[in-house]
Amino acid sequence: MLTILFDGLAYGMLLFVLAVGLSVTLGLMNFINLAHGAFAMAGGYVAVVMMQRYGLSLFWSLPAAFVLTAAVGALLERTLYVRLYDKTHLEQVLFTIGLTFMAMATVDYFMGASPQIVDVPKALEGNFELGIVSLNKYRIFVIAVCALLTIALQLGLSKTRFGSRLRAAVDDSRVARGLGIDVTAIFALTFAFGSGLAGFGGALGSAIFSIDPQFPLKFMIYFLIVIAVGGTSTITGPFLASILLGVADVAGKYYTPEIGGHRIEIGGFVIYTIMVLVLIFRPQGLFGRAVGK
Amino acid sequence: MTDATATDSRSGTDRAMIYFAERARWRGPEVALWIGAFALAFLFPSRALLFNEVAILALFALSLDLVLGYAGIVSLGHGAFFGLGAYAAGLLAKAGAGAAPLSDPTLGLLFAALVCAAVGYVTSFLVLRGSDLTRLMVTLGVALIFQEIANRMAWLTGGADGLQGVAPANILGMFEFDLYGRNAYLYSLTVLMVLFVFARKIVHSPFGISLRAIKGNSLRAGAIGIPVNRRLNGAYTLGAAYAGVAGALLAQTTAFVSLDVLDFHRSADVMLIVVFGGVGTLYGAVVGAAAFKAMYDVLAAATPQYWEFWLGLVLVLLVLFVRGGVMGLLGAFYARLQRVGGRP
Repeated sequence: MLTILFDGLAYGMLLFVLAVGLSVTLGLMNFINLAHGAFAMAGGYVAVVMMQRYGLSLFWSLPAAFVLTAAVGALLERTLYVRLYDKTHLEQVLFTIGLTFMAMATVDYFMGASPQIVDVPKALEGNFELGIVSLNKYRIFVIAVCALLTIALQLGLSKTRFGSRLRAAVDDSRVARGLGIDVTAIFALTFAFGSGLAGFGGALGSAIFSIDPQFPLKFMIYFLIVIAVGGTSTITGPFLASILLGVADVAGKYYTPEIGGHRIEIGGFVIYTIMVLVLIFRPQGLFGRAVGK
Repeated sequence: MTDATATDSRSGTDRAMIYFAERARWRGPEVALWIGAFALAFLFPSRALLFNEVAILALFALSLDLVLGYAGIVSLGHGAFFGLGAYAAGLLAKAGAGAAPLSDPTLGLLFAALVCAAVGYVTSFLVLRGSDLTRLMVTLGVALIFQEIANRMAWLTGGADGLQGVAPANILGMFEFDLYGRNAYLYSLTVLMVLFVFARKIVHSPFGISLRAIKGNSLRAGAIGIPVNRRLNGAYTLGAAYAGVAGALLAQTTAFVSLDVLDFHRSADVMLIVVFGGVGTLYGAVVGAAAFKAMYDVLAAATPQYWEFWLGLVLVLLVLFVRGGVMGLLGAFYARLQRVGGRP
């Protein structure tokens, strides 16, 4: 039971790092970016390539994945995404699905369709024995890194000048623009940073779940759930939602009740049902506040 | 000149009626298209299986066009109804073990349409809440739930192995599903045409026109007395039933249902077809389906594994450069022809 909670916590933290960029960009520009998972996948493959082909350590791969995906994100934002902000949601959806398909096929072409998993660094192998529970060292590392990141994000958002500009822009971008805040630049920066975080999360996660070309589609729904449940106006909302989702997902895989003689995995049902219910009763998210836009 | 004065003497309502009647009029190219589609079965009998797929895809796209193009509901999970219809018809045909009355194809279509309409009606209440983004997620969520159910209920659906032993009886008790797919194509095409004519009628009916008003501005549509939510429920239900029939056609003509019918790529493909053909044009669905299948045939033959890349590229280019799809381009071209022709 404790192990499930622990694994779920690690998984949820990871999900948060993966999804937080999407949550902020969605709240800021009201832009539906279904290609967010592609950035996470890119980060994962950066780690795979660096570690398997060049024998570098995971500790080098993580920052590299962040920088590379952030750069790609910035490039795409300036060249392509910027043309889509004033288009309809349908066009945004089509465009980003198109990008996702292209990314998936490209990765398939260069890396093959088989799932890739990277080795955990030697220093983080094995478990900590703590009385009755044994905790996986790598998951402790993941939790620690993600917790640090979350605290840094929260502080950056609430204490720095950039953070307060960003919050102002999310709350009401028109008024923020009127006050002389360069919303376009803030958005570009945030988008790049969010993509970088996704890449970082992908690299960090590549040692826990395997990475394959289907990754963006598989995780798209998880990202959407995080946003649906957590809302887009804060980062604490998506954070709590990620933890919940992580624990629920891991628990759902362990807990398989028998119904009418058939062993049934309920994980998927529970999660999707919760998402649909939350969307129906609290369209602004479980932890979000209603924003009049 | 006399025409103009005669029009002016009529009341506003009359003029509106004439306008709508003119819009709903059948035009030459439309009739030619349908005759041509039937002729294909006899001109290229060896490609009938491919044509059959196109007809089914066109019907599926037509169903999304009703939801997306007329009701303005962005759905990422329309494949749920396609799959549900396929399983409904497949299970019914299996239960009948290839003999009428249960395995009768027409009954299968009706059954699939009813099941999907019922589910569509219930889920329409979930879908109609909230913004585009919420709708997107709810439709996707519902589709995923369906996929999970079909996957887990392997004792009923066959799970990952697919539903075996779907044996529909002869069409109308007379025509057998032959190996070359000619009867299957004629059957699917007939269903497509009947439902297309019906959809065309609906679109030009007061119901369809009120849908267009809602899509234009739902607040104002409500203000002039259109029951917005009821109309959207109706449109979504209709779209679901149409998608169900398309799924049922696939199940009957291929005598097999696999989990693939509920896959996400179905929902994405059909959206591409509708947007490529032209949203809210009905014919866009048919043209888009034919173009999509042709493109698939060429590209997938060249690079089978990386077909997705070209699909993505088309989507991206479409959004960036082409507005209104093929039908939009055709319309602009036609308008230009008329201008050029009318000038001298």
